[in-house]
Amino acid sequence: MFEVIEKRVLSPVVSLLKFRAPHIAQSRKPGQFIIFQIDEKGERVPLTIADADPEEGTITLICQSVGKSTRKFNALEKGDKILSLVGPLGKPSHIENFGNAVCIGGGLGIAVVYPLGKALKECGNYVSSIMGFRSKELLFMEDELRSISDELHIVTDDGSYVRRGLVTDVLKELIDEGKKIDIVFAVGPVPMMRAVCDITAKHNIKTIVSLNPIMVDGTGMCGACRVTIGGKTQFVCVDGPEFDGHQVDFVELSKRQSFYRENEKISLEMMNDHKKCWEKESKVK
Amino acid sequence: MSKNNLTPKERMQIERQPMPEQDPNVRNKNFEQVNLGLAEEMAIMEAKRCLQCKKPMCVQGCPVGIDIPAFINLIAEGRYLEAARKIKEKNSLPAVCGRVCPQEEQCEGVCVLSKKSMPVAIGNLERFAADFEMAMGEIKIPPLPKPTGKKVAVIGSGPSGLTVAGELAKMGHQVTVFEALHKSGGVLIYGIPEFRLPKKILQVEIDYVSKLGVEIVNNFVIGKTKTLDELLSNGYDAAFIGSGAGLPYFMNIPGENLNGVYSANEYLTRNNLMKAYLFPEYDTPIFRGKNVAVIGGGNTAMDAVRTSKRLGAEHSYIIYRRSRAEMPARIEEIKHAEEEGVEFLLLNNPLRIIGDEKGWVKEIECIKMELGEPDESGRRRPVPIEGSEFTIKVDTVVVAIGNGANPLIPMTTKGIETNRYGNITIDPKTGATSKPGVFAGGDIVRGGATVILAMGDGKVAANSINEYLK
Ligand SMILES: Cc1cc2nc3c(=O)[nH]c(=O)nc-3n(C[C@H](O)[C@H](O)[C@H](O)COP(=O)(O)OP(=O)(O)OC[C@H]3O[C@@H](n4cnc5c(N)ncnc54)[C@H](O)[C@@H]3O)c2cc1C
Ligand SMILES: Cc1cc2nc3c(=O)[nH]c(=O)nc-3n(C[C@H](O)[C@H](O)[C@H](O)COP(=O)(O)OP(=O)(O)OC[C@H]3O[C@@H](n4cnc5c(N)ncnc54)[C@H](O)[C@@H]3O)c2cc1C
Ligand code: SF4
Ligand code: FES
Repeated sequence: MFEVIEKRVLSPVVSLLKFRAPHIAQSRKPGQFIIFQIDEKGERVPLTIADADPEEGTITLICQSVGKSTRKFNALEKGDKILSLVGPLGKPSHIENFGNAVCIGGGLGIAVVYPLGKALKECGNYVSSIMGFRSKELLFMEDELRSISDELHIVTDDGSYVRRGLVTDVLKELIDEGKKIDIVFAVGPVPMMRAVCDITAKHNIKTIVSLNPIMVDGTGMCGACRVTIGGKTQFVCVDGPEFDGHQVDFVELSKRQSFYRENEKISLEMMNDHKKCWEKESKVK
Repeated sequence: MSKNNLTPKERMQIERQPMPEQDPNVRNKNFEQVNLGLAEEMAIMEAKRCLQCKKPMCVQGCPVGIDIPAFINLIAEGRYLEAARKIKEKNSLPAVCGRVCPQEEQCEGVCVLSKKSMPVAIGNLERFAADFEMAMGEIKIPPLPKPTGKKVAVIGSGPSGLTVAGELAKMGHQVTVFEALHKSGGVLIYGIPEFRLPKKILQVEIDYVSKLGVEIVNNFVIGKTKTLDELLSNGYDAAFIGSGAGLPYFMNIPGENLNGVYSANEYLTRNNLMKAYLFPEYDTPIFRGKNVAVIGGGNTAMDAVRTSKRLGAEHSYIIYRRSRAEMPARIEEIKHAEEEGVEFLLLNNPLRIIGDEKGWVKEIECIKMELGEPDESGRRRPVPIEGSEFTIKVDTVVVAIGNGANPLIPMTTKGIETNRYGNITIDPKTGATSKPGVFAGGDIVRGGATVILAMGDGKVAANSINEYLK
């Protein structure tokens, strides 16, 4: 069992949870993820390791409520225990001193961009971060991102914070200003990563994206996470999660992500019916 | 108690006792066991068919060399617990093997009776004895020797890992099994369905290994959570790699990444390990297709296609490019699938999977095949018949054409040699890999093989590891 030792609510849909998991904390590198399972009946759900403290033996996960499993996860409280945490999975990010690195995070993508940006900064890069949210109330990790960025740009879809716009608007501006960009890291919803790649492809800027297909085992055994990269099938859990964005078949990826949409509706409905019960259940543990 | 002093002639006159089964039209809608197990009188009757050969071929046919005539004789005499213990001298997972061994190719395949009539139902008797011991709650832990103080790491909790761990524990070594998944058993837990091998039965046999003093650590991926080299430099004196063949092959035909196309591993893992057939009570979903095509002819294909039937498919097809005689699946599984209403499209090869505009499987296009000259595997090579293409309407395709070796361990461990298929190469006499102190066996060495061969490898390696630790 793995214990929650700290919890922070970052926004109405995003929470940060710290778990005691010494082995994972010691081995983990930026870019890697874990798979959690809350209880016997739960799904196996992948989450990026946002941070880790090898001395304390803890890992930090940042999770956005999407369907049943992530909502249950975000309902956990300090002291609760979950059935399993396995990792660190996936390949670590390739970090070097590229020069000027632009880190783009959309919504939850910020949680993935943060460890990346931190590592890039430590390696001597000039880090420009662009964070995009739908509106102010969904914003999180602003201070953390600021602390590791040489410049930080924030945009909101509805203009409720800093400025109205999309992350791609800022990216275009940076390019138009003639800023030298050596590499772009983009993490967020598939349409966002795709839009970023469309722009950078035109300007020949190397772009790394972090993909989040549906997964089951996370060790290369099931093939659920397969994506087409440059015409070849790859497994995101072992060959990724990071890939050259210009090679990714985003259309296929978004179709595959919708595979269980109908099932998830059933899951959620059932959960809402039993909301009281499972909320109690998770308190008891 | 019955007497077991029949003449050979009398023995030969007894007919092979059929395994009682659930009705095909009932069982293809549930996940309960298909084979119900022999009743006591039937087991005795079957046991009496054994001629008690002086030079028993069956023992040679069994990869772990169970003293088959001896345990069968004990059953014939009604001494079931002793029979179970006799088997366990050589095989610590008898309830599993009695259910899943391809007996027709092993012990029963060489039984002298098979020349005249039907071989003794060795597998069914093995299951009977093991189930009896379990039902009586009489599972005996053998006396364990003084601890040797040596520590061994085992990677993977499949049949090879469990066997090596159990054997080493019985030799007094301290063993830790590291398993990537949250449950132990390897293919036995994630691949083979409940209706062939109930998880409860498997759990009893895993608990037995734990009771021998073996520690099983789940959620621990060697090569990721810790590398094998780290284990070896942190107190482990030797290691065994039993990581299996868990990398699904695809056909590389158009449409394989459409929604509705599964690898057999994913399909079976969702259903067995994650209990998707109980969705939404369990959280993991599975797509319940109406028309399901499973590609392949092995045990994995049979398990997937029979699962699809149980998930409510109206049509479940096996698409296999050779003929029935070449199908690698156990004969019993093919027969069971047929009885359950699975439609066999033999001598057919898929060319492409066709999707609708939303990216979902709509049809599969196949081409008819005929058998030509034998290839290097000795089986006649299937050749496409030009112009014979046709399509079938399906909404789900399960690819069950085999698995390769997962490269994780060789990639993250110094000095482990592999062959061109990525399988770890060993000295077959000892199970030793190219790295001192590291042994391997099971599917990671052989490619997709069988439970009992994996167990046999575990035994060989256990003896060599014991020698190595001296
Ligand atoms: C390598 C990797 C790292 C990730 N890191 C994080 C992270 O740090 N924080 C975080 O909040 N989320 C992360 N995700 C996404 C997270 O795993 C999904 O949001 C989660 O699986 C949804 O589970 P659910 O049961 O709550 O929703 P479900 O009810 O399962 O699904 C809700 C919707 O999301 C889709 N979906 C299912 N699985 C995924 C998936 N893996 N990714 C995207 N959509 C999915 C479904 O098709 C459905 O439409 C990551 C995913 C991957 C593969
Ligand atoms: C669907 C299906 C049906 C089958 N039916 C039959 C049958 O009827 N009869 C029969 O005899 N055989 C059958 N087989 C074949 C048989 O199951 C295998 O030959 C056997 O399980 C191999 O055993 P193993 O110990 O080598 O590996 P596996 O059973 O594959 O176990 C390997 C284990 O190692 C774990 N692992 C892998 N890498 C790591 C790592 N890096 N760190 C930690 N853990 C790791 C895996 O998670 C897994 O649990 C079937 C196979 C399949 C897939
Ligand atoms: S273990 Fe397998 S081969 Fe050996 S006797 Fe039992 S069924 Fe036959
Ligand atoms: S999640 Fe199963 S292979 Fe990647």
